[in-house]
Amino acid sequence: MPNDLSPSACSAAPILKERGQHEVFCGLTSIIWLHRKMQDAFFLVVGSRTCAHLLQSAAGVMIFAEPRFATAILEETDLAGMADAHQELERVVSDLLSRRSDIKRLFLVGSCPSEVIKIDLATMAKKLSQKYHPDVNVVNFSGSGIETTFTQGEDACLEAVIRDLPNDDKTQLAVLGALPDVVQDQMMRLFTDMGIDDVLVLPQQTAGIPAGVGKNTHFICAQPFLGAAYDEMVRRGANAIHAPFPFGANGTTEWLAAIAKRFGIDQDKFDAATAGPKARAERAIAKVSETLAGRSIFFFPDSQLEVPLARFLSDECGMKLTEVGSPYIHRALVGEDLKLIEHNAVISEGQDVEKQLDRVTACNPDLTVCGLGLANPLEAQGLSTKWAIELVFSPIHFYEQAADLAGLFARPIVRSDLLKVGGAI
Amino acid sequence: MKLSVWTYEGPPHVGAIRVATGMKRVHLVLHAPQGDTYADLLFTMIERRNHRPPVTYTTFQARDLGSDTATLFKDACLEAYERFKPDLLLVGASCTAELIQDDPGGLAEALGLPVPVVALELPSYQRKENFGADETFYQIVRKLAHPVERSAEITCNLIGPTALGFRHRDDIVEITKLLSELGVQVNVCAPMYATPDDIANLGRAHFNVLMYPETGETACRHMERTLGLPFTKTVPIGVSATNEFVDEVLGLIGRARSECSVDSRLPWYSASVDSTYLTGKRVFIFGDGSHVMTAARIAKEEIGFDVVGMGCYNRELARPVRAMAKELGLEALITEDYLEVEAEIADLSPELILGTQMERHIGKRLGIPCAVISAPVHVQDFPARFSPQMGAEGANVIFDTWVHPLVMGLEEHLLTMFREDFEFSDTAGPSHHAAHSPNQEIVDQPTSIAASDQSANIIWLSDAEKELRKIPFFVRGKARRNTEKYATDHGVAQISIETLYEAKAHYAR
Repeated sequence: MPNDLSPSACSAAPILKERGQHEVFCGLTSIIWLHRKMQDAFFLVVGSRTCAHLLQSAAGVMIFAEPRFATAILEETDLAGMADAHQELERVVSDLLSRRSDIKRLFLVGSCPSEVIKIDLATMAKKLSQKYHPDVNVVNFSGSGIETTFTQGEDACLEAVIRDLPNDDKTQLAVLGALPDVVQDQMMRLFTDMGIDDVLVLPQQTAGIPAGVGKNTHFICAQPFLGAAYDEMVRRGANAIHAPFPFGANGTTEWLAAIAKRFGIDQDKFDAATAGPKARAERAIAKVSETLAGRSIFFFPDSQLEVPLARFLSDECGMKLTEVGSPYIHRALVGEDLKLIEHNAVISEGQDVEKQLDRVTACNPDLTVCGLGLANPLEAQGLSTKWAIELVFSPIHFYEQAADLAGLFARPIVRSDLLKVGGAI
Repeated sequence: MKLSVWTYEGPPHVGAIRVATGMKRVHLVLHAPQGDTYADLLFTMIERRNHRPPVTYTTFQARDLGSDTATLFKDACLEAYERFKPDLLLVGASCTAELIQDDPGGLAEALGLPVPVVALELPSYQRKENFGADETFYQIVRKLAHPVERSAEITCNLIGPTALGFRHRDDIVEITKLLSELGVQVNVCAPMYATPDDIANLGRAHFNVLMYPETGETACRHMERTLGLPFTKTVPIGVSATNEFVDEVLGLIGRARSECSVDSRLPWYSASVDSTYLTGKRVFIFGDGSHVMTAARIAKEEIGFDVVGMGCYNRELARPVRAMAKELGLEALITEDYLEVEAEIADLSPELILGTQMERHIGKRLGIPCAVISAPVHVQDFPARFSPQMGAEGANVIFDTWVHPLVMGLEEHLLTMFREDFEFSDTAGPSHHAAHSPNQEIVDQPTSIAASDQSANIIWLSDAEKELRKIPFFVRGKARRNTEKYATDHGVAQISIETLYEAKAHYAR
């Protein structure tokens, strides 16, 4: 079927919406990569023992360079009186900052219990910012499971960061989303080659570099889960650029082309910057897609990367889509990818995990993308799986990572073909 | 409010999940926000379980709080019952649901389900994981176990093993074998592997074997009162403890005490001359109380180590751990703050750490070998091979596991004799750890927590620095710290060869 549906026809496409048990992480999980990315920031979760346990369990292995995150665990006495909880938090912050003079940005991260008992972390952040000005900027966002799912923690963090930025009316490109350093450097080289020099990447690695946004800022998301940050940029008067996400050779080219178009870069210059890496990426993908072509894939909702990744795997690797589940579908963000896949896949939003497990069993796909809680049980059932969390930890964006990205999906299939002793129980 | 980076124990509802996951035909409905489902991966990833834990999470969201979370809970209960048809339903709340006070127990009772329902009280802001497991199992026993006729043959129950327990799977096999050699059959093992029907039949046994006090003691005390079942007090880890356990069992079944010892290789391996180098190695022990106490005894009496520090993270066992430490002339460290543990280890500079996965990381940072003896543990502590801690085979496993991180006896002597021979590069580390040789840079650095403050103003003269490098790498870090401490204590600003040997004599044991 041709991909020539008009946007209006696309938005009418039915999405399977479900409400039931959600088998996903909460937004606090984002801290695990955010704290590596923002090297002068500390993330202080105000929550329960469960929050602390989640962070260390979701990290899989403990990152044992003393991490730049911690949990202020609420105790019985903190629940009794609100004034006490605020005082206690001030004490904890003071202890922390006196021990860690390298901290320039402190994020007070709300959790389910802090939201339910209504600890006013926003006001606390303002108060503490004044107290520690100009050494430390204190910012609040929520990573609670009652409000955020997994990658939405980064979204909420970025939204808070953007809200704090001063106004700046210079013409610039802003790219939203935490990327591994190596990937960010590649991206910046592509921009330089295209002749775009004024680029603001959020979140910034350190707070020291002055930054602002305003009506001459043109922004694009590098990650598909930044709905609230997107809205905040629009509210600040910045202009959104829409494109498929930069996964694979085509995705990256389209994404860069949308930027080039906005900045009036001429085609020759664009081609000169992209033709080489694009051809290289296509050659590399071709090798890996031998394993993937014609195989079927099923996505459980997890990181909101599902729709763009499904686009890449079907469009560039020849995989057959079955169900593509995502916690949320932001049409403003993933619309361009969505319209390339929705004609040949069931798109589902939200989750009832039991029903979805019934569907994956019935469908028996060649590869299932799911969270860590589901992977081994599905493997034992005879399905090949890909852990979704690896996709947010690994460098997967842009040309040079395109084949690595395909390789992440090929490896479980290659492996199950290799093993001759039968893992299914 | 308590600032915490890593925790030794999860919240109490994780303890409840460990019990439910260990059992069969049980389902737990947990009132919890989205995100709390992370607990599933502890079991499917760390323990490599091939099934999801039998838990339904209501995963309420902010928008549900305004409307009706109670209905959400009831619907989740009904759907879980219909789908899984368990013989027993457990209901409880995680930390956030505890705050919204929906009363899962009352709501579940009102549904009139045709199976027993146990409502769990899991005070998240006061208690922790082990309490949650102990309490959950106690409530299940209290609900289902009633006096029944004793079995004709002599039988016992194995009490305490749960999902995600440290070597519980293999300890069950080893203890079952040991008991069978004594003529005692296992009636029920619980929570692990037990169905609700099995729980109802706990009273058929003649006594209980309390394998893990952390997760089974409350239930054992309850069964002692209501079912007349005495229970064993010795945790059979180590040769002496296993012998005492055998005596205890024989006493309970009215047979003469045994003269012969359990058939373990540990005593001979310890006595053989290659083990001479183990004598007086300074060890620090930390973990759950039961494993720490058994480990301290093995370390001292069965391997000949010098226990220089010990402690536990579960306050429930603080008292006996303190008492045992006192007998060893030590003060126990009772804390759940790993930074305190790290500071204590850095301060004591032991030659070996026996701990949890947290101490393994601490050891890695400080360049001190570590063997794991207690939960919390990671995926590598669920080995494919049979590796119990209890009984005769457990003692064998312990000997191997504790000695493995160290440089072997003969090798240690060779390194000392030939350390200036270029082929014996001491940066290579123990020859049986090709992939894990310690990084000299890290080992040699004064650690951030230990000596850094005090050594800031101390200068190593170059002769002394050279002499220090002649000391084998696995004790060099300690020698450096000891010398710097000695210099600080004695107001010496410059460390000479003289100072180095003065310090060596000072700290000689």
